[in-house]
Amino acid sequence: MKEHGADIGNKKAVYAELENVWVGYYNKWVLKSIYLKCYQGEIFGIVGPNGGGKSTLLKVILGLVRPQKGVVKLFGHRPDKHSRLEVGYLPQISKADRSFPVTALDVVLMGLYNRIGFFKRPGSKSKEVAMEMLARINMAEHAEKPFGMLSGGQQQRVHIARALASKPKLLVLDEPSTGVDSVAQEDFYELLAKFRDEMNISHADRIACLNLEIHYHGEPDSCFEPEIMQKVYGKNLNIMVHDSRCATCSLKKHEHND
Amino acid sequence: MIEIFSLEFMRNAFMAGIMLSPVLAVVSFFVVLRHLSFVGVGVAHSAFGGIALGFLLGISPTITAIIFAIAVSNAIGYIGRRGKLSADTAIGIFFAFAMALGVVFIGMSDQYNVDLFGYLFGNILAITDKDLIIIALLGGFVLISIFLLFKELLFVSFDREVALVSGMPVALLDHFFLTILAMSVVISIKIIGIILVSALLVIPGAAASQITDRYIPMIAIAIAVALISTAGGLLFSYYADLASGATIVILSSIIFFILFIAGRFRR
Repeated sequence: MKEHGADIGNKKAVYAELENVWVGYYNKWVLKSIYLKCYQGEIFGIVGPNGGGKSTLLKVILGLVRPQKGVVKLFGHRPDKHSRLEVGYLPQISKADRSFPVTALDVVLMGLYNRIGFFKRPGSKSKEVAMEMLARINMAEHAEKPFGMLSGGQQQRVHIARALASKPKLLVLDEPSTGVDSVAQEDFYELLAKFRDEMNISHADRIACLNLEIHYHGEPDSCFEPEIMQKVYGKNLNIMVHDSRCATCSLKKHEHND
Repeated sequence: MIEIFSLEFMRNAFMAGIMLSPVLAVVSFFVVLRHLSFVGVGVAHSAFGGIALGFLLGISPTITAIIFAIAVSNAIGYIGRRGKLSADTAIGIFFAFAMALGVVFIGMSDQYNVDLFGYLFGNILAITDKDLIIIALLGGFVLISIFLLFKELLFVSFDREVALVSGMPVALLDHFFLTILAMSVVISIKIIGIILVSALLVIPGAAASQITDRYIPMIAIAIAVALISTAGGLLFSYYADLASGATIVILSSIIFFILFIAGRFRR
């Protein structure tokens, strides 16, 4: 499927680009013929059912999973450890060990380790940067608290502070609201919006609906058209409006498709 | 009690114990955090094949054991990362294979006076001056390298996927850790024994984790647990005429249970 959808202008640099990418595990395709471009300054959302290939797609962009076919470019090059230095990554929350003996500050500092270099300890300057990041997410007073004692939402904030600490060009978030309660989710998305505004990111946001293939790739509103939703999630779809802040949610677009 | 230090073998055993305690404690800190307890067991048992090979070839069993243990620990790491087998399946295979090779090598060698029981369960009489030098050199290497690569090892242990994305050489750090784990196992075998050494790769870190949430106090407590267990275990071994590995491990287990209960009250 060729890329289609909103053209946000060619003046902006392409940060991530996938061309006819195919990924399979155990003789089964997980991603089929993916064409995708992610531009500087945009927020690009990927939605789709569990097992639809969302996490795999992110790992392909990061170069953690190699496709069987196709071309992947991160900042114009094949993704490798050098290009990944420009990426902030937020994994699914469940992967962090809650009993790990580190403080919130230690976790944010980890985001700076590649800048500090091997065989060196984080100095006062790195600690200042990390504290500044914690202050920006309103977590400065929790800096010395054990990470495992923070709530799910607070841990997620710390993860995002770590991802942003090295001032990456591209931020990759894998299901950032998993395991976080609805209030914390709201806080989290507000925080993301705050960072987006601070970083002067445009509002030309796009969304891709993924279930092995990309079924729509364009303005967020249109992704929720019944026809596209059926292709992504199947026929017996019943969507509940669960988030009043969701710009794409409206009663008209959430009719049953049975 | 002071008179026991007039005995050369006890002095050697204590010096070995004091040098090994921080090494095993710091390694156990990462073994616990990275859930590698079973790797420690597998590597320790595989060292038996190396020791037996040393006897068969008539060369230092410590050298062959180090080569054997490093090869096995890295093979386990490689298969766990790259192969279609899980790491614990790989350990199960290597562990048995290396032990079986050890039995065959011992059977083939013409040395009948090998202190097999001492190698399996520890022997305070066994530490020579040469062993002390090996423990000091390899133990020093393990401690210094962990000190230098501490933040990288911590990051990979906490969140390997993010560590990889942020440019850490995760596979290299994994193999490096497995190598120093193998070294730590081999230098501890004479005093703690092949069967029991894996306990000291787990207990100090596990005990410390019961009463603290921060890594520096956790390492300090783990070192204290290892030192108390080793020194107390050696004394008990001398007075009760029991295998030193057993007395050390029993004492460390008792400390673990005490800290485990203290940890419950803390929360």
